[in-house]
Amino acid sequence: MKAMRIAGIVGLAGLTIVTVLGPEITGYDPARQDLRAILALPGSGGHLLGTDHLGRDLAARLLGGAQITLRLAGLAVASAALFGVLLGVIAGWRGGWVDRIFGLISDSVLALPGLLLVLLLAAIHPNSWWTLYIGLSLTLWVEFFRVTRVRTRIVVASPAVEAAELLGLGKWHVLRRHLIPDFADQLLTLAAFGAATVVTALATLGFISVGLRPPTPEWGVMMAELMPSWREAPWAIAAPITSLAFTVLCLRFAAGVEEKR
Amino acid sequence: MTVRPGFLQGAVWKSGPFATLGRMALGRLVQALLVALVIGIISFVMMEALPGDAAYRIAAGRYGYDMLTGTAAEQVRIELGLDRPAWQRVADWVGHILVMDLGRSAVNGDPVSHALSHQLGHSVMLAVGALFFALIIAVPTGTIAGLRPGGAFDRILGGLTVLLRALPAFLLGIILMLFFAVQLGILPAAGHGHGSHLLLPSLTLGIVLAAVLSRVVRNAVAETVASESFQFARHKGLSMATALRRHGARNAAVPVVAYLGVQAALLVEGVVVVESIFAWPGIGHALTHAIFERDVPMLQGTALMLGLGFVLLSFAVEVICLALDPRRRA
Repeated sequence: MKAMRIAGIVGLAGLTIVTVLGPEITGYDPARQDLRAILALPGSGGHLLGTDHLGRDLAARLLGGAQITLRLAGLAVASAALFGVLLGVIAGWRGGWVDRIFGLISDSVLALPGLLLVLLLAAIHPNSWWTLYIGLSLTLWVEFFRVTRVRTRIVVASPAVEAAELLGLGKWHVLRRHLIPDFADQLLTLAAFGAATVVTALATLGFISVGLRPPTPEWGVMMAELMPSWREAPWAIAAPITSLAFTVLCLRFAAGVEEKR
Repeated sequence: MTVRPGFLQGAVWKSGPFATLGRMALGRLVQALLVALVIGIISFVMMEALPGDAAYRIAAGRYGYDMLTGTAAEQVRIELGLDRPAWQRVADWVGHILVMDLGRSAVNGDPVSHALSHQLGHSVMLAVGALFFALIIAVPTGTIAGLRPGGAFDRILGGLTVLLRALPAFLLGIILMLFFAVQLGILPAAGHGHGSHLLLPSLTLGIVLAAVLSRVVRNAVAETVASESFQFARHKGLSMATALRRHGARNAAVPVVAYLGVQAALLVEGVVVVESIFAWPGIGHALTHAIFERDVPMLQGTALMLGLGFVLLSFAVEVICLALDPRRRA
């Protein structure tokens, strides 16, 4: 099962490289229309994956979507992890009223099913990358918080930490040598799962037209746009579907917990 | 030693099934209040963030745009207390929610509660249909896989569920829609009318739930079959089927039902997504419409309904677990 994890990470690395190099590969602007080449076949006229219903280069739009998706996933997960771990360590270490207040905040986030909070925030300011980012970070930090809080409580009470404190080693030492090694692996798994959630949520909201809106080259938006031309050009809608499935699958493999279930 | 009836000892209320039930109910009540508070505050912020003057907007909703005058707007402002400081209005807003006064839709002026009562039935129908499909898919496949862990069927099913779980619900919906409705043309793609309209949405949601559930069933069955009590039942001569029915089913059911509680969030999210794709006129569909039309009262009502439904579902699952598993009644 370690092989699956490596496969997932390799897939993600490949995706990232292709995304960064994107414009060099396709040579097209994702918004540029060529109305004489609507729904062109893959490979025709220099269009690697063909064109969509408005004659826009599909490969360029796909990579544009990958850029939006990966950026959102990376930033939302990073801020959620930073925030969650910080508060989790503080809550687990200090205990008392600090712990109770942070616990209450995380409970009120958890009281709502995840996507609902994102939807509500998306409603405040529609078609905005930033509201999606804030909404998803706000939902995701709770998991990081809960894991680190519980682990911190256990580790801080352990004989090893007691010994470190008796030796006069400071809090920074305990954090660096005892706490972080303890939950590093779990955090990676949480991060990969969180990123899968972000990628799914972004495409879902785009598809049901409450997330990013056209003409943004976002995968969910693209699927909604290409659905009517499914009969003429099934390969066109297959492109964003495959990209989305591939990305989520890679992330779930990289999380590396599939073997347990 | 004198033996007194249980109810005189008072201990029943401090520990035992009633106390556990009470604690659970209290926890869920707190959760329900948090849901109302979070949704109320977000809706309030959204109301404030909308462009234009709220008093003019409400006056326009009441009297129509052609009858709208400055004095009417001022009257509305004084009547609804829109000139008061923000914190008082937040308290007011949340107070209205607590007495379930949800206001009127900003788009068509109908009372929100009226619309919700129509939509709720549809959403519940979809959820029940999805649970039905999830169970008839997950329980047989999971049981067969769990009886021979590591066997061919188990491995194929395992690979399939990994793939299915990676697919977002809406993708599965699109694929099913394209296949059954567009390609084969045997089922309606979207809408609401007769029974067949319910089939595709509930199947979509059912498969999403079943992808995880089938693995949970498989693990529960594998664990039960490997347990000593079950092995004993087999050794004393019960057939596999009888042993499963008498000794296996209940033990295996506990983790499965408990997992349904975890899936409550997935179910509520799924209702929103699947209803929107298949234009099924439930609460989730109304929610995405309200977001699109920036209809704050409707948005608040639907979100509140979904949030509270989630709390209620989680509570129901806890109670069922308690009934199934006496060990939890500590």
